[in-house]
Amino acid sequence: MLRAARAACSGNMAAPLVLVVLVAVTIRAILFRSSLAAFISERVEVVSPLNSWKRVVEGMSLLDLDVSPYSGDVFHETPLIIYLFHFLVDYSEIVFMITDALTAVALYLAVQEYNKVLFKRQKLYLELKKYAAGAHDLLRVPTEMHYIPLKVAIFYLLNPYTVLSCVAKSTCAINNAIIALFILATVKGSPLLSAVFLSLATYQSLYPITLFPAALLYLLQKEFIPVKMSSPSFWIWTCQYSSLYLGCLTILICHSFFLLDSWDFIHSVYGFILSVPDLTPNIGLFWYFFAEMFAHFSLFFVCVFQINVFFYTVPLTIKLKEHPVFLMFMQIAIISIFKSYPTVGDVALYMALLPMWSHLSRFLRNIFIVSCMLVVCSLLFPVLWHLWIYAGSANSNFYYAITLSFNVAQILLVSDYFYAFLRREYHLHHGLYLTKKDGTEATLILK
Amino acid sequence: MAAVRLLIPVLLALAGGDATPRAHGDSFQEELLLSPLRSGDIAATFQFRTRLDSDLRQERVSHYRLFPKVLGQVISKYSIQELHLSFTQGFWRTRSWGQPLLQAPAGAELWVWFQESVQDVDKNWKELTNILSGIFCASLNFIDSTNTVTPTASFKPLGLANVTDHHLLRYATLPREIVCTENLTPWKKLLPCGSKVGLASLLEAERLYHSSYHSQSVHIRPVCRDAGCSAVSWELRQMLTVVFDMYTNGLGKRDWSLFKMFSRTVTEPCPLATQSKIYVDSGYDKKEIDLFEVTPSSSQDVEVPVHGDERVYALYDLLEPELFNTSRNLNVALKWKGGSDSGQPHPPVFHAERYVSGYGLQTGVINTMIYNNHPYRAFPVMFLETVPWYLRLYVHTLTIMTKGKENKPSYIHYVPAKDRQLPHLLEMLIQLPPNSITKISIQFERALLKWTEYPPDPNHGFYISPSVLSVLIPSVRNMKTDELEGSPLFSTIFPSSDGSSYFMRLYTEPLLVNLPTPDFSMPYNVICLTCTVVAVGYGSFYNLLTRTFQVEDNKKGGLAMKIANIIRRLRGVAPL
Repeated sequence: MLRAARAACSGNMAAPLVLVVLVAVTIRAILFRSSLAAFISERVEVVSPLNSWKRVVEGMSLLDLDVSPYSGDVFHETPLIIYLFHFLVDYSEIVFMITDALTAVALYLAVQEYNKVLFKRQKLYLELKKYAAGAHDLLRVPTEMHYIPLKVAIFYLLNPYTVLSCVAKSTCAINNAIIALFILATVKGSPLLSAVFLSLATYQSLYPITLFPAALLYLLQKEFIPVKMSSPSFWIWTCQYSSLYLGCLTILICHSFFLLDSWDFIHSVYGFILSVPDLTPNIGLFWYFFAEMFAHFSLFFVCVFQINVFFYTVPLTIKLKEHPVFLMFMQIAIISIFKSYPTVGDVALYMALLPMWSHLSRFLRNIFIVSCMLVVCSLLFPVLWHLWIYAGSANSNFYYAITLSFNVAQILLVSDYFYAFLRREYHLHHGLYLTKKDGTEATLILK
Repeated sequence: MAAVRLLIPVLLALAGGDATPRAHGDSFQEELLLSPLRSGDIAATFQFRTRLDSDLRQERVSHYRLFPKVLGQVISKYSIQELHLSFTQGFWRTRSWGQPLLQAPAGAELWVWFQESVQDVDKNWKELTNILSGIFCASLNFIDSTNTVTPTASFKPLGLANVTDHHLLRYATLPREIVCTENLTPWKKLLPCGSKVGLASLLEAERLYHSSYHSQSVHIRPVCRDAGCSAVSWELRQMLTVVFDMYTNGLGKRDWSLFKMFSRTVTEPCPLATQSKIYVDSGYDKKEIDLFEVTPSSSQDVEVPVHGDERVYALYDLLEPELFNTSRNLNVALKWKGGSDSGQPHPPVFHAERYVSGYGLQTGVINTMIYNNHPYRAFPVMFLETVPWYLRLYVHTLTIMTKGKENKPSYIHYVPAKDRQLPHLLEMLIQLPPNSITKISIQFERALLKWTEYPPDPNHGFYISPSVLSVLIPSVRNMKTDELEGSPLFSTIFPSSDGSSYFMRLYTEPLLVNLPTPDFSMPYNVICLTCTVVAVGYGSFYNLLTRTFQVEDNKKGGLAMKIANIIRRLRGVAPL
């Protein structure tokens, strides 16, 4: 793993990255050996019915008993995962540690590459005089950008959410690794690899399909192809990328079919994600809502809630068509907030990307409150769970209240970053210090 | 006129009593077995056997004499091969009461073999359960796909059958079912004599339900009409077992009599019966019978092979007129002679118990302990576990430990549950070494259900049906089993192939498991609050997506601005 990490980053930042990976692996190895591992792997915040390791093991023992793992309602992983772990089950701890390290390294490289691209573009725009005269304070400087890739890696590897998720052996870590590799492939400008990883991510958990427009926009930008309906090269590229993506997806699904010789997995994986039959509590919004829903409205609200996840893709793509990487960040965050079975591992992925946008900090409005909310909620989850499930002195509403405030905090966090990003863009083009016609200080409002 | 009406059936019954089989000689036998239990309690087992001498599978039977028409029609309509239904209140305590003749699980149990001609077994099963629900005034209509299973090996046909395709079998239990007098009345109506005369006149609901264990069952199966098995008859066997407690029913004394138990005595046999007998269990040898003084003294003692051993029974044949000559009624009484108890009761050869371990409402473990107390013989047991879907079993956590070592089952059949559709089914064949305790444990996770899926009083918990243990126990003595006719009814429930072992089916306790519950009082609040959070997300994104930044106009702000300026002035900051 070390060798991989060392080979992967040949820049001058390799040594700190290796150190971070080492620390992260040590923490995980210690936790794996401790008695906490069993406790963590049962936590509903860390594992969901979709990605719990217990269910992976159950699926494999069902296969051993000659029972299709999809004949019951316990196993909801894709067939490739079950075959992957069929060979690697004895090394699962190492696999999950490597997966985490791989995610961090991929994110590191992706951010490094993206920063280079960003800096080049900033230089170009400066030469073209696209930025307002008074916006020099907002421009990014190499010294500030230098440590961002490392910060991203640290944010991912040492985030307690990731650590918990890894120690619980939640297969969410694998989804995160695939998405990180997808970001890397996209940023590096490889349409084939990007499509392969995007289709893998879609195949694993369905929701990453909303990252498709972001990847396409980035690749077009990289090739200097304008997003115009009239330009033929735009259509050729779009068709190429779509067919690559759909082709990979078809191959994956057909491959899964041939592995188990049945289509049961479609219903058991994607039907399970979309129809939300399992109401095991988690940090999301679905479980209690549908436990309390009136039966005849249930279908309607399932549709509304699922459309809600996918819906933001269209307006966000239009609004952020110049900034596909920020669009990716937004999409990943929205998925992890509104998906049907979220876990802290999903939250950790978009939180790892926050250092990328550290230059937005001067426009963030309520980051302090939101951080406090997130920290307090994370600490209260186990407390209120204990009160409800074990002590019996609280009821389900207590835990539900915490999931609500946790999600409000996440929504505020993401929309705050979105606001800050848009505001910085405005200031870049209109100058940092806005004045009215009479020369007095002007305030900026959304209209 | 009444006398004539009474006389004709009596004559018919007497005619049917002799050994020569007749063309349409339906027959009816009744029997009561009294067995004093080691704990001081007493078990009374009634058996009523009605035989229909025509084949319901092949011919259209339109004339029923003794066999209840309502069941005959159900069998023909739904092409039933075999039907076993039981309603039970209480739990048979094998450890203190010894092994039961035929145990039944608490609540209702129904298992049916359909004929091979049936196309859609599930449809027939669904309709049948609804019909039976009406016939027996029970909640059998709650049997649906979530509590029905198709065991592969635990339930074999007990009657004449060559079907072994287990897809024709359906098995369901309702552990929550409460059995009461409304189930007894329709059950008694199936008897040819009703509850007016004969042994059934003892069945008074008030006494029967004031007992520690009460189980009534109906078993319908095709049997051989004669020794050569040239023709098929249908047998309806109605069994009722009741255990009276020494303290609550017997006032703390071990003296029992029919009157003390049932508040009635037998005055006459059912005139339609070809056989009407009372047996009193006298134990394995003459030593035990000395503990009780049985009055009136019986005319004869019989030895019957039960549970792999010869037991001695005092027999009263109610069809012998001299039995009623002296006193006009028969009140069999057992008087405890005092004397020392025969020491420590030896434990039953085979018994089992089950419990849930773990704490909290997230996970738990179902543990089953199976005891083989046979001193030197190992035997296999077929273990069947049906667990509803809302307890998510993890079959990889299944462990079977015997004497500290892992015991690998030689056969496993596992059907995982489907949410809101199918229960878990686990069937295993486990070898039990002699003199051993085997512990089977499996982990489960408790699901959170939708608020409408909880039964009334959800915090009472959910009943999990008992596990079923079917076992062939090696006999202590090697004995030859007699043919069906002639021997007492209670020894012919399970067909036995050879004398070296006997079949037994035991049920463990039903479990009561709590599930986490949502707050039932606030669906509106939850819907509103969650929708608000989603709206906060939607609103803030919508706001940023559809609006653009603009420099504020020169207009002075409204009230909010004025308040803000006041605050700023207080803080010493320049106003906006």
